[in-house]
Amino acid sequence: MKAIVDPKKCSVCGVCADVCPVGAITVKEDSIDVSDDCTLCSMCVDTCEFGAICLPEVGSGPAADLASFKGIWVYAEWRDGTVHKVSHELLSAGRKLADKRGVPLSAVLLGHGINHSLTDELIAHGADSVYVVDRPELAKFTDDAYANTLVHLVREKKPEALLAGATTMGRSFVPRVAALLETGLTADCTELDISEEGLLLQTRPAFGGNVMATIICPNKRPQMATVRPKVMKPARQLDHKGTVERVDVPTSCLAARVEVLEVVPEMDQTAKLTEADVIVSGGRGLKRPENFSLIEDVAQLVNAAVGASRGAVEEGWIAPSHQVGQTGRTVAPTLYMAVGIAGAIQHVVGMQGSKIIVAVNKDPNAPIFDVATYGVVADLFDFIPAFVRKIRQERGDE
Amino acid sequence: MHIVACIKQVPDAKNVRIDPNTNTLVRQGVESIVNPFDLFAVEAALRIKDETGAKVTVITMGPPQAEQALRETIERGVDESILLSDRAFAGSDTWATSTTLAAAIRKLGDVDLIICGKQAIDGDTAQVGPELATLLDIPYATFVKEIGLMGESHFRVTRQTDEGTEVWKLPMPCLITVLKEVGEPRLPSLRHKMRAKKAEVPVWGIGQLGLDAEKVGLSGSYTQVVRVFSPPRRTDRVLIEGLPEVQAEQLFNYLKEAKVPGL
Repeated sequence: MKAIVDPKKCSVCGVCADVCPVGAITVKEDSIDVSDDCTLCSMCVDTCEFGAICLPEVGSGPAADLASFKGIWVYAEWRDGTVHKVSHELLSAGRKLADKRGVPLSAVLLGHGINHSLTDELIAHGADSVYVVDRPELAKFTDDAYANTLVHLVREKKPEALLAGATTMGRSFVPRVAALLETGLTADCTELDISEEGLLLQTRPAFGGNVMATIICPNKRPQMATVRPKVMKPARQLDHKGTVERVDVPTSCLAARVEVLEVVPEMDQTAKLTEADVIVSGGRGLKRPENFSLIEDVAQLVNAAVGASRGAVEEGWIAPSHQVGQTGRTVAPTLYMAVGIAGAIQHVVGMQGSKIIVAVNKDPNAPIFDVATYGVVADLFDFIPAFVRKIRQERGDE
Repeated sequence: MHIVACIKQVPDAKNVRIDPNTNTLVRQGVESIVNPFDLFAVEAALRIKDETGAKVTVITMGPPQAEQALRETIERGVDESILLSDRAFAGSDTWATSTTLAAAIRKLGDVDLIICGKQAIDGDTAQVGPELATLLDIPYATFVKEIGLMGESHFRVTRQTDEGTEVWKLPMPCLITVLKEVGEPRLPSLRHKMRAKKAEVPVWGIGQLGLDAEKVGLSGSYTQVVRVFSPPRRTDRVLIEGLPEVQAEQLFNYLKEAKVPGL
């Protein structure tokens, strides 16, 4: 199988041949030839300004009875008696999809010791119904018990779409749910929409955020996606009414092949990083280990988490748990302040989802300025103390 | 003991860039590397080999040139490698990839532990590990930062979650996906480099795996990419110039106006 060129639309401009990463496209005198080397990566499809290239469609398999699946579901993560923020975000995204389709929005709560405040909160964020499975076997998370239970609910109630947070929990057990249900799953979506026919349009970054891809699951239900935290906006719907249904599942669902020996809760630095509204990060531009205190000063002043580039971590100026980027954490705070960070792609992919990016760098050509909302071209050793003074002065500390 | 590490050849992200004129991804001349997280998977396998004398096999699914990625792991001390390559595999989503890898592991038979990297840096899905374990009907643990043997037939692993750490006991055979904390990948050694040059890398296609062409590649995939586009570029960038005091004041005002919490 390979990309299909429509000769009626093709102008034989050859742009597709230039972007093909495997060199499978050759420009002939009056046509384009795609060889068997084509990997169906779809780079050429997007490049073609005439819309002349498409990919063959995914296999349909035995056509599932798609119309019998109805409703949008959100897997609602919670801990310590509180609903995880991402669940609020999912409910607001799910509400829009459900309204567009004219179907109900439901939330699923799994665990032990689930009380009214949790179900009330989900309803107040837009859920029409909440399904609760409260069993002692679910007190500790295991992929087996959580996935098997959710699969049982899905088989019984048949939702058309199922959303979960792209947290460590969601990214761990949701692939098992998809595999058991034999349906498609799209990871870490940043945008969701639904077509009139009910196709979930799942948009996510790929190649480290250098491209965006919209993905569909045409022939299987439910359509499943995990959604990146902090991207969708939560919305409270004060007067919203909903129902709560406690569901029984067979005990066989709750068995786990692994044994959880220890759970050590800790808000470690990496977790603080992903949850922080503001992150102040330092890089090699700080020059010396003791200068990292400049970053810590600003962070403390504005109640921010401290981040670092790989460079600063490799120099040993700060612990690896602070690292933002490809081999560190991916973050998307309201404000990300990059101080003395050049902006290598490995760093940028870990923070470019931030709402506001401030870059402080001496070099006006530093790549970090390409992704910055506010670019401060300055020597950080002059600027940061001035910025700290300004904040203190505004607060009347000085 | 037999350990299988699954790896993927990916484009080196530091060379991937957007052409400012066409606003598309330029991958020409971009080098392929072993997915960095998969090197941690290989390292984790080799550390268990150092301790127990286990046999380590590395497998990858990809085009013929992915053989190079396998040879790089032999240079680091892996015993054997297998390339899963077939025209029919093109266009695989995570489900079709997992189906193919599962068939290869079933063919190998005697596997006690499968190790995958946390995720690949091109797709970033982190789905193949859990889906592969589910298809093989074996338990798994994700985001593992420490692995140890527990008796003859179990592993004790430490997972890093958003909430803290967890210690799990897994029976063999099982699958784990690993973080960089499992250990810095060792460098290739001269002896293994020599071995890598001569090593035979068997290539398995749908025939060898006993797979139906309909079940793999794009035809065996449940998800389909319908549109690829460049993310909207920031057009709202403001450059703040002047003396440090002036810059500090301007930035403060912008952030105040944007209602940044904490300011």
